[in-house]
Amino acid sequence: MSNPVLKNRKKLSFGRILVYVFLFITSILSLFPFYWMFVMATRPSAAYNSIPPTLTPGNMLVENFQKVLNQIDFFGGMWNSFVLCAVVTIVVLFISSLAGFAFAKFKFPGKNFLFVAILVTMIIPPQLGLIPQYFLIAKADLLDTLQGVMILFFLNPLGIFLMRQYISGAVPDELIEAAKLDGCSNFRIYWRIVLPIILPAFATLGIIVFTAVWGEFLWQFTILRDPDNYTIQVALAQLSNTNNIDFGMILSGVFWATVPLLIIFLLFNRLFISSITEGSVK
Amino acid sequence: MDSSSKKVSIFKRRKFRSEEKKDMISGYLYIAPFFIIFALIGLYPALFSIYLAFQKWNGFSPMTFNGLANFELVLTDPLFWKSVYNTIVMGIMGTAPQLIVGLILAYLLNMAFLKFKSYFRITIFMPYLTSMVAVALIFSVLFSNHESSLANYVLTNFFGLDPIAWAASEWGTKIAISLMVFWRWVGYNTIIYLAGIQSIPNDLYEAATIDGANRIQQLRYITIPMMKPFIILTVFTSTVGAMQLFSEPTVFLGADAFTRDEAMTIVMYLYRDAFRLQSFGTASATAIILLILITIFAVINLRLTQGFGKKRGRSK
Repeated sequence: MSNPVLKNRKKLSFGRILVYVFLFITSILSLFPFYWMFVMATRPSAAYNSIPPTLTPGNMLVENFQKVLNQIDFFGGMWNSFVLCAVVTIVVLFISSLAGFAFAKFKFPGKNFLFVAILVTMIIPPQLGLIPQYFLIAKADLLDTLQGVMILFFLNPLGIFLMRQYISGAVPDELIEAAKLDGCSNFRIYWRIVLPIILPAFATLGIIVFTAVWGEFLWQFTILRDPDNYTIQVALAQLSNTNNIDFGMILSGVFWATVPLLIIFLLFNRLFISSITEGSVK
Repeated sequence: MDSSSKKVSIFKRRKFRSEEKKDMISGYLYIAPFFIIFALIGLYPALFSIYLAFQKWNGFSPMTFNGLANFELVLTDPLFWKSVYNTIVMGIMGTAPQLIVGLILAYLLNMAFLKFKSYFRITIFMPYLTSMVAVALIFSVLFSNHESSLANYVLTNFFGLDPIAWAASEWGTKIAISLMVFWRWVGYNTIIYLAGIQSIPNDLYEAATIDGANRIQQLRYITIPMMKPFIILTVFTSTVGAMQLFSEPTVFLGADAFTRDEAMTIVMYLYRDAFRLQSFGTASATAIILLILITIFAVINLRLTQGFGKKRGRSK
């Protein structure tokens, strides 16, 4: 009597609408704090007390940011974070690709054991060594310096793992053999042949390392004491640490610290998302 | 001719041998930087922590051997147990819903008919980009104690409930912190699950459709079992992450972070002992207890995840 195809389609379309509604609500909930942060960053702190809550932007974007600048060294913090992340990323890429190259293409006794050992180090929680690490940095007279913060992040077993996987797949043995016959030294092979081939993997690992170090807090908070040396995370954390809390100011600081990252993400979102899956799925 | 070719082969063999040796040296040389850094800043501190856990030390005067007294001090401190309780409660509230919702979202995002896929994927992933400090600050304003905070406004006007002191009550702080953890990480896990779902070969579904399996059955007997490695991975990383919760509560409570106990986590307890109270021996003992707790919870959760798939299989 009733057309089964039509019935099926009707049922499906109701389900489909539900799926769209659910996903739409989720995306609104994901975006709302960003939007609301922008609203508060453009309003006086008093807007916070209004009922119903203010949900449209005001005109205090500049004034609130001005207050942030009076409270913390915002640009200094951004610069320190950038330097920290850039140096760590370059060093980790270098160490990881060199070691990954060795594990993928050279034969030496104990290779497999050492590789497994590197994987095992990933299990050690970072807090276990926190106190001795702090005193080690103090002893090297690097407390309260970016160098002192950096050293800890140079340790990146995941990077070696990813690089080995990538190099053993992407760099053909014949290419290395041919270069050797031409009298290329091993380091020259790494520099001239391996590096250009693994640039895509550098993008992946680079994003993972850069964003992880950018957002890290505990270690930076432990090592950095002088406001002049604060990274942006430690500086931002100071915004809520005062007695008279100014919500507009706090969210203005957070907003301007988040915007650059968001822009970079929106430009390269495919790269970002694939770096997350590659980093964890392999 | 004959002798010259022999010469070449000897020359080649010798070259080959020296080549092998060179490769060996290069191999060790290239992996050396990691191991040197690891020895210095990974292994040595870890071992020294174990040593320090049995010493009494304030960071300046000489250490004195303390036996198990540090462990006794920590394990008899009610605040330590409060921090363990807080960590577990916020860990469960923050991560369990996150993994379940992540699975649902990944499943929906993979549906063939869906349009605007990349819009949904990008927006759901975006919260992950805000740093933990930023998330904690945003939520500290959303969930402030004021009656007019957005969270309290929604609570009183839409649900007819009383306003909550989010930053000063036992459950208020825990709920606010769990929500911020949830908000930041749900998209991250969705992306991992989505990659997992997309890695399942289509033939499996086709074969199941031919065999007359409906959608629910396909989900149960194909999607979930095939997703197991990804579920295990996320359960493991989020268990370990939840046990190390520090930044969110510290920044959320600001100046009160180390004086209030509603959101004190194990790592905050450790930090407070070390860098506020200069009691480095007990802090190291806490670090070792934390390591043991992480191992226990990781093993329990991995077992649970593995068992979950098996039971499903048996009920066939």
